[in-house]
Amino acid sequence: MNSLTILGLLPLIGSAALFLLPKGSDLLAKQVALGVSIVVAIAGLGMAFSFNRSATGFQFVEKHQWIPAFGINYALGVDGISLLLILLALVLTPVVIAACWHEAEGGRWSVKNFFGLILILETMIVGVFAATDIFLFYVFFEAMLIPVYFLIGGYGTGEKAAAAVKFLLYSLFGGLLMLASIIGLYVISGNQLQAPTFDVTALSQLSIDPVTQRMLFLGFFIAFAIKAPLWPFHTWLPDAARAATPGTSVLLLGVLDKVGTYGMIRFCLSLFPEASKEFGPTIIVLSLISIFYGAFLAIAQGTSSGDGNIKALISYTSISHFGFITLGIFAFTEQSHSGATLYMINHGFSTAALFLIAGWMISRRKSERISDFGGLQRVTPIMAWLFFIAGMSSLALPGLSSFVSEFLVLVGTFARYPIPAIIGTIGIIFAALYILIPVQRALHGPITPGNENLTDLTLREKVSIAPVIAVIIFFGFYPQPLLDVINPAASATLSALQITGIMGGK
Amino acid sequence: MSLGTSDTLVYLIAIPLFSSAFLLLGGRALDRVGHLIGTAASASSFVVALIELNKMLGRDAESRGVTQHLFTWINVGSFQIDATLLLDQLSICFVLLITGVGTLIHIYSISYMAHDIDRRRFFAFLNLFIAAMLLLVLGNSYLNLYVGWEGVGLASYLLIGFWNQKPTYATAAKKAFVANRVGDVGLSLAVMIAFVQFGAVTFDGVAKGIEAGSASSTALNAMGAAILLAAVGKSAQFPLQAWLGDAMAGPTPVSALIHAATMVTAGVYLISRSNFVFDNAPTAQLLVVIVGAVTLLFGAVIGMAKDDIKKALAASTMSQIGYMILATGLGPAGYAFAMMHLLTHGFFKAGMFLGAGSVMHGMNDEVDMRKYGALRKVMPITFATFGLGYLAIIGIPPFAGFYSKDKIIETAFNAGGSKGIILGCVTLLGAAITAFYMTRVMLMTFFGTKRWDSAAHPHESPWLMTVPMILLSIGSITTGFIFSNGDRLKNFLAPVVDKHHHEHETELLAPIVVTGLAMFAVAIGISIALAKYSRKTIPASAPTDVTVWTKIARRDLLQDDFNETVFMRPGQSLTRVLAFLDKRVVDGAVSGVGAMTLRLAGDLRKTQTGYVRSYALLILLGTVAILAAILVVTV
Repeated sequence: MNSLTILGLLPLIGSAALFLLPKGSDLLAKQVALGVSIVVAIAGLGMAFSFNRSATGFQFVEKHQWIPAFGINYALGVDGISLLLILLALVLTPVVIAACWHEAEGGRWSVKNFFGLILILETMIVGVFAATDIFLFYVFFEAMLIPVYFLIGGYGTGEKAAAAVKFLLYSLFGGLLMLASIIGLYVISGNQLQAPTFDVTALSQLSIDPVTQRMLFLGFFIAFAIKAPLWPFHTWLPDAARAATPGTSVLLLGVLDKVGTYGMIRFCLSLFPEASKEFGPTIIVLSLISIFYGAFLAIAQGTSSGDGNIKALISYTSISHFGFITLGIFAFTEQSHSGATLYMINHGFSTAALFLIAGWMISRRKSERISDFGGLQRVTPIMAWLFFIAGMSSLALPGLSSFVSEFLVLVGTFARYPIPAIIGTIGIIFAALYILIPVQRALHGPITPGNENLTDLTLREKVSIAPVIAVIIFFGFYPQPLLDVINPAASATLSALQITGIMGGK
Repeated sequence: MSLGTSDTLVYLIAIPLFSSAFLLLGGRALDRVGHLIGTAASASSFVVALIELNKMLGRDAESRGVTQHLFTWINVGSFQIDATLLLDQLSICFVLLITGVGTLIHIYSISYMAHDIDRRRFFAFLNLFIAAMLLLVLGNSYLNLYVGWEGVGLASYLLIGFWNQKPTYATAAKKAFVANRVGDVGLSLAVMIAFVQFGAVTFDGVAKGIEAGSASSTALNAMGAAILLAAVGKSAQFPLQAWLGDAMAGPTPVSALIHAATMVTAGVYLISRSNFVFDNAPTAQLLVVIVGAVTLLFGAVIGMAKDDIKKALAASTMSQIGYMILATGLGPAGYAFAMMHLLTHGFFKAGMFLGAGSVMHGMNDEVDMRKYGALRKVMPITFATFGLGYLAIIGIPPFAGFYSKDKIIETAFNAGGSKGIILGCVTLLGAAITAFYMTRVMLMTFFGTKRWDSAAHPHESPWLMTVPMILLSIGSITTGFIFSNGDRLKNFLAPVVDKHHHEHETELLAPIVVTGLAMFAVAIGISIALAKYSRKTIPASAPTDVTVWTKIARRDLLQDDFNETVFMRPGQSLTRVLAFLDKRVVDGAVSGVGAMTLRLAGDLRKTQTGYVRSYALLILLGTVAILAAILVVTV
């Protein structure tokens, strides 16, 4: 068995073990889940060290026939982009399990099922990023929805049922469009090659006429834009983030949504280069709208006098951040591409930090309304300052990791599209607002009634957030190890696009 | 010019940076020694700076700069950024000012913040500021500078909001950060233009690129304008000046260090550093001059109307930086004088802020000058040091400000044509107003009758506070002469800011005439202030029967009203409208589906059978249907 398969199977075995545990053994279930996820994370990091950074193309490749009648293979492999996204998931899973130790208590189902679902989700995420057979990718893409659906609907708060259904319907709708495109590709491959195939490398060699290419592109793109989420396909996200537990939100926004932007790079760009170039400017406009739209709605949550919701605010900031990622992807320069990929990783960590700390604030205050907080810097200084650091990363302060990726996206975009880059840069002003407004309302000012006796972070909470904060600071000063992994994959994607006249310095 | 290397530059930044981290992570255990560690860190940096200065003076004038390569920071394709430090004649001036004045202010703060429960955190933030400011002036590229640039913005935010339990102070901090971010957009754009035009973002690379002629004049003007935007935000210049007055919410040592002596002058540094851009971008350069001229009058007018001693000094800072910005806009002739005024201002304005802090310290933190009066008798050292700063800022010879401001006025007149005459008159007018409002501050604070509350028992501050004030006032006396004697500073800086040795051609007025005019302007300002404030008693509250112009000046020339009307309220309305539309319209595409599912969910909830399972079933059925579809299509 190949290392990627082992990596994917381990959490699945762990979850099976959890489901088999007798009722009431919650603590044991948590310990098993945490242990398994740590082992998987270490295994993943170990694997990453044997990754050849100078090579292009897929590594750790594995291929078995699955449904020979349709040419469907169980085919896995990673390049620099998917490797880092898998590592992101592997590192964040134990963090979430440790950070959200009590999150499942009070859910509809048992605690062990919650952690079992998280481990299943981890398996699906490894699968979706590692799949090099497009049908296998589709299977993981859809199957991923099931654990998330149960995590939101079973353990969430508020309008959880409606939010879970909305999430599911949106995703299924996108998935169906993508499936139609996949079938279309399959048929075309049958006409052009000896045998029809779902292999992504083989499919990228097809020559597809422009009209068909446009239609197939849109099938994929809309599915990914819903997942990403890009304006105007975003409306499921704030509802889902409001309803989901913080840990689920971390996995949903931090990791799972990256499937959308990852899919754009891996499938839209490499399978439909002409259509990508054709739709590029339109998508850049959508990206810019997302940047500002997300920022304005986050500010609206922050300034709302009554019911501004901290979880919804964070989810809106993510819409803004995803706008930067898609901007980088469709600006087609080396800097913007590497920056967009790095942005996916960095956003994962900074959003994780924000959601986890917000979750701790909520569980202590028993309220998600920003206006219910106030003066936390005095009451719970460690929690308050960690939230501040996470916020600074979210607004891309230089010295923290998000800055490098955001600046690379902007400078790369500027090289090809100066005006959109200038507009995007103006977005950094609103980023300052959407972070500093909740910071002021929740952390500063006098201690408001109801907050006097909140307790600061426990040792478990401090230990679980520490690696995330460490990553945010370390890769702010020294991002090159990540860029060394990303650069070859990013330039391979671009050279396959055969874009001429790339500027970006002489 | 090939530069040597040095292995010790990094210590300048690393010492205060690690001290800051240590103090923050060490927690309450370090409360008893935090201030000592912080001060020692700043002083150590100053010692390193002195050693570097000594080494630099030992090298030839043309090869004084040294660099230190630290590590590869960002490397993507042709975008290659190294973390490299550069210490040359321009940066050493700043390094000495930051660490020297910085250390004095650390010492002062030991006493000033003695009773604050968060004194350790205060020193941690001061150290963080020192480190970030040093990175700002030592980075060898625009992007390295950017890290320090936002770093000082962060430190400024943290220190303005140091007492953020008070909501207005928290708001002031946020306002400063956001205004600075507007400026940061400019710096970002400047980096982008540099990268696309020259393929490099180091100062050296951009200078070489310009020399090789690889950029159009449009591109250079755009880059200059972007740099100016950055400078305007950081240095509180028109139209991004509104945050500085509010920034006085920070503890007074912060106002002295960050919002008078160092951070707010970073814009002057940035423009001087980018001299190779502006010398080839006449339109941008003209904009620089206009911004400087407008701000120097703007700040001066606000300064006339303020009763809050710190806000009066803040308005004065804005105005004095206006002088510096104006000087940088005058090209090679102006950079050295801008730097000279920056350095002398660093001494006398920091000294006056510390003096204001000393007064507040003795007056229960009262800042309203109408409640002061006759303090010269009870606070003689504060009076003497503040008074020396006063003589320096209004430009009385032989105090420091005389030399530096006089040179700027002279250069302004010599700018040529009507531009020279207009600028010369603006700087003279500014000098007169400066003399007026500073005399007003002196009279209201130290002279006249006592107007203290019965609760106030003014007393002289302890020596930890007065010694830094005395040392700074010595700087206010001597630095002007030291820098200008034999054009010492100008010649020292020339290899960096005046590489091609421009001859300064025209001379509209003889220097002695300019000096005479300036003295005349100052005399008028002092006389009006004396006539208005020394004879009659000063009312306890600001008179209300004043002209509309006074009212406008008291409202900071309506800067906040303007921003609120033009940006804030429309922005707030926009966010509200968007939030509404997002719910009703954008989401409306699926609102029907949503409503339906809600009802469905409600029904299913009643049956208790678990609608979730139904949906799982739906997914299963869907998947089967899809597989069947594939079968049909391919068979």
